[in-house]
Amino acid sequence: MTEGRPLPASRGCRDAPVLKERGQREVFCGLTGIVWLHRKMPDAFFLVVGSRTCAHLLQAAAGVMIFAEPRFGTAILEEKDLAGMADAHEELDREVARLLSRRPDIRRLFLVGSCPSEVIRLDLARAAERLSRRHAPHVAVVNFSGSGIETTFTEGEDACLAAMVPGLPPAEGRELLLVGALPDVVEDQALRLLSGLGIGPVRVLPARRADGAPGVGPQTVYALTQPFLGATAAALDRRGARRIAAPFPFGEEGTTLWLRAIAAEFGVSDETFARVTDAPRARARKAVAAAAATLRGRSVFFLPDSQLEIPLARFLVRECGMEAVEVGSPYIHADLAGPDLDLLPAGPVISEGQDVDRQLDRVRAARPDLTVCGLGLANPLEAEGLTTKWAIELVFTPIHLYDQAGDLAQLFARPLRRRNLLRLEAAE
Amino acid sequence: MKLTVWTYEGPPHVGAMRVATGMEGLHFVLHAPQGDTYADLLFTMIERRDRRPPVTYTTFQARDLGGDTANLFRTACREAWERFRPEALIVGASCTAELIQDDPGGLAESMGLPVPVVALELPSYQRKENFGTDETFLRLVRALARPAARTPQVTANLIGPTALGFRHRDDVAEVTRLLAEMGIAVNVVAPLGARPCDIARLGAAHLNVLMYPEHGEAAARWMERELGQPYTKTVPIGVGATRAFLAEVSQLTGLPVRADTSRLRLPWWSRSVDSTYLTGKRVFVFGDGTHAMAAARVARDEIGFEVVGLGCYNREMARPVRALAKEFGLEALITDDYLEVEAAIERLAPELVLGTQMERHTAKRLGIPCAVISAPVHVQDFPARYAPQMGWEGANVLFDTFVHPLVMGLEEHLLHMFREDFEFHDAAGPSHHGARAPRSAAVGGPPPDAGASADAPRNPPAGRDAGAGVVWLPAAETELRKVPFFVRGKARRNTEAYAAERGIAEIGVETLYEAKAHYAR
Ligand code: SF4
Ligand code: SF4
Repeated sequence: MTEGRPLPASRGCRDAPVLKERGQREVFCGLTGIVWLHRKMPDAFFLVVGSRTCAHLLQAAAGVMIFAEPRFGTAILEEKDLAGMADAHEELDREVARLLSRRPDIRRLFLVGSCPSEVIRLDLARAAERLSRRHAPHVAVVNFSGSGIETTFTEGEDACLAAMVPGLPPAEGRELLLVGALPDVVEDQALRLLSGLGIGPVRVLPARRADGAPGVGPQTVYALTQPFLGATAAALDRRGARRIAAPFPFGEEGTTLWLRAIAAEFGVSDETFARVTDAPRARARKAVAAAAATLRGRSVFFLPDSQLEIPLARFLVRECGMEAVEVGSPYIHADLAGPDLDLLPAGPVISEGQDVDRQLDRVRAARPDLTVCGLGLANPLEAEGLTTKWAIELVFTPIHLYDQAGDLAQLFARPLRRRNLLRLEAAE
Repeated sequence: MKLTVWTYEGPPHVGAMRVATGMEGLHFVLHAPQGDTYADLLFTMIERRDRRPPVTYTTFQARDLGGDTANLFRTACREAWERFRPEALIVGASCTAELIQDDPGGLAESMGLPVPVVALELPSYQRKENFGTDETFLRLVRALARPAARTPQVTANLIGPTALGFRHRDDVAEVTRLLAEMGIAVNVVAPLGARPCDIARLGAAHLNVLMYPEHGEAAARWMERELGQPYTKTVPIGVGATRAFLAEVSQLTGLPVRADTSRLRLPWWSRSVDSTYLTGKRVFVFGDGTHAMAAARVARDEIGFEVVGLGCYNREMARPVRALAKEFGLEALITDDYLEVEAAIERLAPELVLGTQMERHTAKRLGIPCAVISAPVHVQDFPARYAPQMGWEGANVLFDTFVHPLVMGLEEHLLHMFREDFEFHDAAGPSHHGARAPRSAAVGGPPPDAGASADAPRNPPAGRDAGAGVVWLPAAETELRKVPFFVRGKARRNTEAYAAERGIAEIGVETLYEAKAHYAR
């Protein structure tokens, strides 16, 4: 069985010039990642040391769906904390002690840095060491930054996972490590596929429970499930682990290429690969085809948001027949994005960073059929007659692997279908 | 340092955004990191605004900090001016920029832009969103409003409505109508819908109607002092308050009260017999000071509820809220910690909660009906239909809002009669509410038929332990289940409290009825 689609004649977009922008950005900061990370790790608490703005951001990003006893909160810095540093550490110790005594179910505590804590140089790494000693062995305390001056949206997850790597136990044996916080249902599918291929042992970072932390060592090979995990990859490399390069597992093609790269690493035969993947591949193609009917021939413009833009553009262009106008990403890890850029046919503008007003000028000039953008921009663009897809849904919804490929295509097709359905103008 | 999970108010710069976004022809340059741009979605998603808030964020990053963030601010200011050509600019710092002390006001003023630049002081580590609206509007008024000859006809300014305000759009329409009926025209509505040039002509009005003290009191006081304009102190939410408001306007203008109450329905709706069942229902009221006080008065005086708890989250309003609570024989709850509010609701076990979106969630969890009467609110509290809180139509809306979460009077009666029928099983809930979380968890006990074998000995979870070692005997437990589900929770709590007070260790059928008699009103 062939892989289906040929590589683009040229080297795709890997060598395309990148439009680098350094103006006003309209993106979330890394704190937002807490919204999905805390659900992935049910024994962890995320304590942001920040301001009322940080608390308000988390509230706005999380909506209020998860209102009851969330496992995240903000220690809001006050005037008196800003005056003297020693004070702030004492206050933090007190808040942490109070929190941990109220929530004995907490085994991992993340102290999350914010812009204010970084600007006043509150040393949360030191605080994490101190608190780890104090609350060991029951609770491990880890520090990472989700601040807007250091991290953009999904980079918060990257910072979190990277911060966990030095604390992972050493591993001797040859193990596969899957890296990235996937929804449980997707993670289980990945584990089923890999075990079907006879690959094991397979471990996952982040582990759902503190006592399930994977080991890492020179025999470890790892596969990223998300394109924004550059710092985590670097941390794993420092521990001697080796990355399996591949396109990201979105859509039938992406999932197949991702699995095939892993299978090649573990010497899986073509027959086994076909036996395990043929049926889900066929399912995925069928599911995508249903939505692709709506998407084919339509143009799409990605504003920078999650770094998922390049692999998703690859999926929309190659599997759904869309035409990409611009693919904006807040940051491009050349290494990680490379395999997807190879597959993306030359044509679209690849942009990195943002100057939002100029970018919106380009959107208005191109008038794409679909604009993928943040929540702050969606309604204003709709009001200008453009059809939009909120990017945030792409990180909150299961979209990876074969059995979500159809859902992923539908996420993009639904706004277009809806536009065709509504009859709101007077009959002519 | 204080651990916070959910906040009633955002930081003060969000208040400034509410003013800027409500206005036209004004632009806000905010020195802030990229993540702070989340605030745009409050307006575009929750309020469904069709335009981006007129805000330029500098979105400085760590790499800029050592270098020249001040220059970044200047560039942002210049580009915003060139692109948007506003009539005036406001400039300020978010919590992070406050720490790097670039002085946006000074920087912007030194740029020689051809329009007024108003610098904001938004102390993020001390104050909150409502301070931000009030302060921003005050600064704008101070900078732009000039003494002016009064209009020949009697006119009023409507002061305080902003973007993201709870029903502000419709309140403006309703108050405009009330004033028109008295022959008073509106000079300027501000901030909502006003341009900087409209702020300049605020002084032409004969009086200011202060609709929302939270957002406009400082400016109203300033205009009273500097422009000689009196302002109204009564917020016309509820029938009584609307009448008092009209009397106040009459007194300030010398015009007689003229009111067309033909569209006012609350009084008759409240007197009609179906409403008898509302009598003495225990309600808990919490919100911003203005809305909480108004809701408490309406609940007690116009619907006949019993207010068992009253409070607000904005300390600025603590004094009047405390005074009103005292009048109600209560101690006000002044806190911005939703957990304290939750604890109070749990303790008081009201039959209805009137609150913000926080209390809605708390009430949902506790299985108590709830209506939203105050910001902060969520997307469904920005209805497409006309739904003011103020004036005559506002009173009608309040009646519906307070009563809707409850079981209808006639229905309550029928439920009582047919409680053993399967259609009326406990989990059904009020018939006019579609999908609904099963209530059994909150009010206790399995459905009625499960308790058929009345006197069989019960295992511990059924013969439940009520805190202080009080145990329900099986017969009493069965009897309790005959009480309609929507009052059963209260009956259980009352009986347990009654037993605990008297040192009764086992609750029997007698205890249940003794407690009922004891708490009867
Ligand atoms: S259920 Fe949804 S819409 Fe309702 S308050 Fe919660 S988040 Fe908002
Ligand atoms: S950008 Fe910085 S200050 Fe703003 S919410 Fe994010 S961490 Fe907090």
